[in-house]
Amino acid sequence: MMMEKKISVKVCLGTTCFVMGSANLQELIDTVPAKYGDKVEVSGVPCLGLCSIDWEFSKAPYVKVDDDVIKEATVEKVLKAIDAKLNK
Amino acid sequence: MAINTPKQTSHLKREILVRLIKAFLSDNFTENTRLIPFDMRPKGSEVPYRCCIHKERAILKDRTVAGLGMAIEDVEDSTLLSTLAEKALERTEPEVNPLTVLTTACKGCVPARIYVTDLCQGCVARPCVNTCKFGAISVINGKSVIDPAKCKNCGMCAQVCPYQAITKIIVPCENACPVGAIAKDEDGHAQIDFEKCISCGKCVSACPFGAVHEKSQIIDVLRNIKAGKKVVAMLAPAIMGQLPCTPAQLRKAILDLGFADVVEVAQGADVTTKTEAAEFEERLLHGAEFMTTSCCAGYNELVDKHIPDMKPFRSNTQTPLYYTAEIVKKAHPDAVTVFFSPCVAKRKEAMKNPNVDYVLNYEELGAWFIAVGTQVDKCESSEFEVQASKEGRNYAVTGGVAKAVQTLLPEDLPTYPVVINGLDKQSIRDLKKYAKNGVCELGNLIEVMACPGGCLGGNATVNSYKAALKQLTGYVESSETIKDQVEH
Repeated sequence: MMMEKKISVKVCLGTTCFVMGSANLQELIDTVPAKYGDKVEVSGVPCLGLCSIDWEFSKAPYVKVDDDVIKEATVEKVLKAIDAKLNK
Repeated sequence: MAINTPKQTSHLKREILVRLIKAFLSDNFTENTRLIPFDMRPKGSEVPYRCCIHKERAILKDRTVAGLGMAIEDVEDSTLLSTLAEKALERTEPEVNPLTVLTTACKGCVPARIYVTDLCQGCVARPCVNTCKFGAISVINGKSVIDPAKCKNCGMCAQVCPYQAITKIIVPCENACPVGAIAKDEDGHAQIDFEKCISCGKCVSACPFGAVHEKSQIIDVLRNIKAGKKVVAMLAPAIMGQLPCTPAQLRKAILDLGFADVVEVAQGADVTTKTEAAEFEERLLHGAEFMTTSCCAGYNELVDKHIPDMKPFRSNTQTPLYYTAEIVKKAHPDAVTVFFSPCVAKRKEAMKNPNVDYVLNYEELGAWFIAVGTQVDKCESSEFEVQASKEGRNYAVTGGVAKAVQTLLPEDLPTYPVVINGLDKQSIRDLKKYAKNGVCELGNLIEVMACPGGCLGGNATVNSYKAALKQLTGYVESSETIKDQVEH
């Protein structure tokens, strides 16, 4: 059996994202492994650089699920994105 | 216990603060301030919350008014933000009442009342009809109907309904206010009675429309820095759990904003601990039944406005902010002092203290970092010149104040700490009872925090409670105990 590639979830903990709401996404770092086991790898990461493009701070916080960028991320949006990938 | 639940309203409020700060730092503050609602909702943009783009902009304009530090209620709709921005630059001190209500945002709530839902089965027992003391319920077409003219909102019918078909519709701000200071007026707009308000900030957190705003002093602080004044930042202990960096990095990040010095209010907390421990011992030796702490500004306002009987039992020791500001002003009489606060209540305390010039909260500090592009975790370290104790740094956590005081009490002194972890209607009833009876059966050293969890649960914090607690505790654990200070 081929090993499936893990889904990678990166929660941006740069200052902009943190203040605009990723502070509240830190719980994902605990809850995602509990829910999905080793199919998903989740971590808090330093600034992804997405907020500094033009005025895009207003769309923070950002989360990357593999290469997809989630704007104004919430716990719900991130879980939905993970589910969508797993069910593909 | 849900503290600091994530809210879209916080996102909006913070975005406006960022734009306001960027406007101030730009070459055309007044015009760029006027444009904020249009920049946030440009022509053809999505309308996420309201009926149309025009209402969105009108509400964003009102939120900007609060960001400029003014009462939304006092501003004419026709006045341009650019005019108000100019006025904000002229004021010499902040407005007295720290809160303002955005009434256009608050029309969405229906008045609090008891409501019979579709789940009503029109049963034979009819306990609702029989329980109502006011004869307000009758059965019409097989369903219970409440006569609003007779109903007193007691909620008895809701309690007895076997189907749980009767519910109490609440107004979140009214429901959250522990002292009945906010209520809808005849027009359905929430109004704050500042005679009663204890500035605890619970309405700010509770309103799902984000209609209750703190009046920001960010423009005042920016203006003083721009004018080259010696502006000194005083950081409340709770701040050390708020941003993703070390305390020494945070100090550097704030210095880089243009502050002349940055000190920890935990330093003043150490004075509070020593003074309060001595006071407690003295009081017990003179036969006192109990003493409450006096560091929480929300609690102090509660006692002053609603529980005068508690005054003799409240410690006469001053707050950590008081001592810190005194130290700073003594060393630098020309300094402009800014307190970095987790809550709105400290704004009131600061207004009464001539040594504290301005107050910024953590949302405002965070917005400032965003506006200038600071990455706090990339900042260099700058150590605090005066290192506060472990106990002083732990003041921000519920139970931390009582624990600090206890550290310095003689072991044979019969000390029984009691922790009031958040003011609500029940805990206020308890406090009133202790004050009236002159005794608290649960203990003799009562710590009162207006917010559940302590200052880390303040209305203007940015980090989630659990993460903030972990971060702050790490800092506390790495610090020296206050016992060392006393022995030296």
